[in-house]
Amino acid sequence: MTASKPRGKWLALLCLLPFAIFFIAFQIAPLAWVAVHSLSVGDSWGLGNFAKIFSSKFYLQAIKHSLQIAFWSSLFGIVIAVLGSYSLRQVDSKLRDFVMAFSNMTSNFAGVPLAFAFIIILGFNGALTLLLKQAGIIEDFNLYSKTGLIVLYTYFQIPLGVLLLYPAFDALREDWRESAALLGAGTWDFWRHIGLPVLTPALLGTFVILLANALGAYATVYALTTGNFNVLPIRIAAMVAGDISLNPDMASALAMVLVGLMVVITAAHQWLLKRSYHVAR
Amino acid sequence: MSRADAKPAALYHRTVVWLLFLILLLPLAGTLLYSLSTSWSATILPSGLTFKWYVALWSDPRFLAAFGQSLLVCFGSLLLATALILPLLFVVHYHFPKLDGLMNILILLPFAVPPVVSSVGLLQVYGSGPLAMVGTPWILIGCYFTVALPFMYRAITNNLQAINLRDLMDAAQLLGASTWQAAFLVVLPNLRKGLMVSLFLSFSFLFGEFVFANLLVGTRYETLQVYLNNMKNSSGHFNSALVISYFFFVLIFTWAATRLNKDNS
Repeated sequence: MTASKPRGKWLALLCLLPFAIFFIAFQIAPLAWVAVHSLSVGDSWGLGNFAKIFSSKFYLQAIKHSLQIAFWSSLFGIVIAVLGSYSLRQVDSKLRDFVMAFSNMTSNFAGVPLAFAFIIILGFNGALTLLLKQAGIIEDFNLYSKTGLIVLYTYFQIPLGVLLLYPAFDALREDWRESAALLGAGTWDFWRHIGLPVLTPALLGTFVILLANALGAYATVYALTTGNFNVLPIRIAAMVAGDISLNPDMASALAMVLVGLMVVITAAHQWLLKRSYHVAR
Repeated sequence: MSRADAKPAALYHRTVVWLLFLILLLPLAGTLLYSLSTSWSATILPSGLTFKWYVALWSDPRFLAAFGQSLLVCFGSLLLATALILPLLFVVHYHFPKLDGLMNILILLPFAVPPVVSSVGLLQVYGSGPLAMVGTPWILIGCYFTVALPFMYRAITNNLQAINLRDLMDAAQLLGASTWQAAFLVVLPNLRKGLMVSLFLSFSFLFGEFVFANLLVGTRYETLQVYLNNMKNSSGHFNSALVISYFFFVLIFTWAATRLNKDNS
């Protein structure tokens, strides 16, 4: 046993080789290519691509749209997910299991099929659009606008939010609520001073994942607007796979901006998390 | 909480849960109704019911080809992922437990880097030269392996921790099994459920993947999602039948995964 041990370790390392090759080939190498070529300007190297991005109204608009849609859809998504998953814990197990299972299934309902479904119910002649118009609640609804996209994105954020937040409510014990009530705290006081602070890390974490999810989303908006709506993923893809304006270096620089946004969001999350009460425990 | 305010609270929670369900159901129900209706325009409810869109869909050779190609790519990449991830997990947890920390960072990459970003690099690296894979299903199989990696790694790691790998291996070796025999005949069967659950979930995820499929391969090897997107301009009823058929298929796989998971605990 002792004699064969070093040999065993080498053999074990050898078993890691196929995985390493594939992981490098399909994850590391493309990312490295993007990182390096974002700095390539024609024949020389430099920050020219980034300078162009941050001085172009068109690219800045793509970044702005991406951030706005990601922020609002994550916010609406998380609010609905918080209300939903808290109530899910309070109802009888039959209804809970059913709705949880359904929510898990709809988390796979995204991208092209989702865009189609939304065109059918909320498009210009969608059933829901007509219904709401007849009821006089809305005058008009444009699914292909920023508002429309926020509604659409919110839909696919909800199941993900429920999936991530549901377990977090384990941290909230029912007897705390009773103790707080005994000491004279109302529902609002309970949430303000106990419920929300305890949930903060989970809420922040989920919000960050939802933001990243929305920032990187491409399929839904592409299928809905055929690449006509100006958001970052659409811009990036158009410069490597479009018919006009092929520019892989510029696409790489925009891709790095997108990755950079994700890094900033994650860093902000870590910083906020350190300041929240929960970690100090 | 007193009995008096327990009732309104219970009613509130039930209402919220039903509302959540309705919000999630609405697009699906609308699509289902649309796929079953003869014509439906400018009115709130459809005028008649029919199965003809499903018949048209399931007798379209292009749809059947795309469906089959999607299945092939998904099964191929899951096979590759299993072949690469199982030895990795075994080696990491049995020989080099410290590597688990590194792996937990590496498996974040497929999550943190949007497919659209990876695609830019992939198109350039494999667009020409000795490894020109762009436009073939092979590049999708490679990409889908990285997509499935985080799910599979996490799910099987949980499973490995539950079975106490070290004791199991020691016991098998005490009884005279070699490392290989112990790994294949004792550990592997114990991981079956975790593996199956993660495979079902990865499948339903990969089956709906569009970005890599559209950017790297497109119509040269049309998968279901790309077909779906290319049919955009055909009849809305036909598309609805397509969406519902797709969702039904994913439903079966997700249901199987939840069932297995329930038996597990």
